[in-house]
Amino acid sequence: MFVITCPHCCEAREEEEFHYEGEAFIARPVDPEAESDEAWGDYLFTKKNPKGWHWEMWNHATGCRKILVLKRNTANHIIAGSWTLSDARKEYDNERATA
Amino acid sequence: MKKDYSIWTLLSQGLKNHVGWQPTWRSSALKDSYDVVIIGAGGHGLATAYYLAREHGVKNIAVLEKGFLGGGNTARNTTIVRSNYLWDEAAMLYEHSLKLWESLTEDINYNVMFSQRGVFNLGHTLQDMRDIERRVNANNLNGIDALALNAQEVKDRIPMINISKNTRFPIMGASYQPRAGVARHDAVAWGFARAASQYGVDIIENCEVQGMDIANGQMQGLQTSKGYIKTARVGCVTAGHSSVIAKMAGIKMPIESHPLQAFVSESLKPILDTVVMSNAVHGYVSQSDKGELVIGAGIDHYTSYTQRGSPHIIEHTAAAIIELFPMFSRVRMNRQWGGIVDTTPDACPIISKTKVKGLYFNCGWGTGGFKATPGSGNVFAHTIAHDAPHPLNAAFSLDRFHTGHLIDEHGAAGVAH
Repeated sequence: MFVITCPHCCEAREEEEFHYEGEAFIARPVDPEAESDEAWGDYLFTKKNPKGWHWEMWNHATGCRKILVLKRNTANHIIAGSWTLSDARKEYDNERATA
Repeated sequence: MKKDYSIWTLLSQGLKNHVGWQPTWRSSALKDSYDVVIIGAGGHGLATAYYLAREHGVKNIAVLEKGFLGGGNTARNTTIVRSNYLWDEAAMLYEHSLKLWESLTEDINYNVMFSQRGVFNLGHTLQDMRDIERRVNANNLNGIDALALNAQEVKDRIPMINISKNTRFPIMGASYQPRAGVARHDAVAWGFARAASQYGVDIIENCEVQGMDIANGQMQGLQTSKGYIKTARVGCVTAGHSSVIAKMAGIKMPIESHPLQAFVSESLKPILDTVVMSNAVHGYVSQSDKGELVIGAGIDHYTSYTQRGSPHIIEHTAAAIIELFPMFSRVRMNRQWGGIVDTTPDACPIISKTKVKGLYFNCGWGTGGFKATPGSGNVFAHTIAHDAPHPLNAAFSLDRFHTGHLIDEHGAAGVAH
């Protein structure tokens, strides 16, 4: 059980209020018809599934019902922060640029 | 070679105060090179090593284990064995496994306590019952024993189940597989370890794989916490950490790792002599030989490697079991734990070659890998030995996610995935 702060409601709520929506920022190919079967299959099915920091989406299902992004460590459930989708994208791009 | 276990060795040891028993498997020093290295000494990995040595004559095999033997998911499951899957590919694979289970104790000369006490998959809605009819018919066409029962027939077999209409999801019937059952999970790991060890397989505990040496798309060796091992063939059977191991080879897997929780009660007198599973209220229960009720349910929805889940899942599971068996409401729970399961998009395993020559994966069993232990090891051994899949696992290749030939057992198998 962990406590997630919803960036839309600005409140810390228990995990039970939220629904996990999977890995964040999976980019849909711009032109699906031009993709190879392999690239399309990878887009549809493969996951990073890291042991460590993971950018993921959650839905505040029994609250505001909006999507938020969480950076959570899958090895110990420590949460680094939560953001709205657009703010998280900036954080995520910054992190990748400095990495 | 150790002596076989039998009534005579037991009697003679009894007369000698049991001082002559040998260790169940050899402890081995790590060699510099092996023909085949299996990563993961759980049931599936040890079974793979055993069948490689016995059926394919491969000598010089090592099984590496990060922790201790059988200490991962092999020790954490709820020991249910069945083969009543809907689709042909899955049904054939699990039935192959069930047939191996039926002779496994004699085969490896180790009592795995396989008990064919039957498994009930309950239906709670009209659609559940239609799906059950379809699955039972599909099973029968595939030569797998299966029956569709109505609520009263379920009640006749399991007297304390609640088939009242006054529940949230009344039981309308069930599918029943008489040859299904349970086995002792630790014994499976120990038995395969002993049998493999007798064929000369080296089992190396506390040896973590830290990197892979791949050149020109061919496996060369492994970096481990105990040093470098030269090997041209590696089989990964690391349930819970498959993505982590695959990443070392630069392979991205269609896998997500989730916690799956289970718990056991205090020991009771015999009360439940079969296995009851329900997808709709989402719980499954059986009683172990020690008298504990063994209870499990669905996965926690988030990905995690922590081997623990959230308490509300336990609450939900307990509620489901009490709806089926109100008399269990005052049973106290003894232990609770979590394991990490590698789930695939189609709820079917991956037993496959990879783009790296000499690297093979057996993973993605989701919540139901234990039932497949001998069959999985058997076909995976064939895949490694021949560098080509066994007919039974050809459909379970990694490229089905590129070709689109998924085997969609989600829901279809009556699985509580």
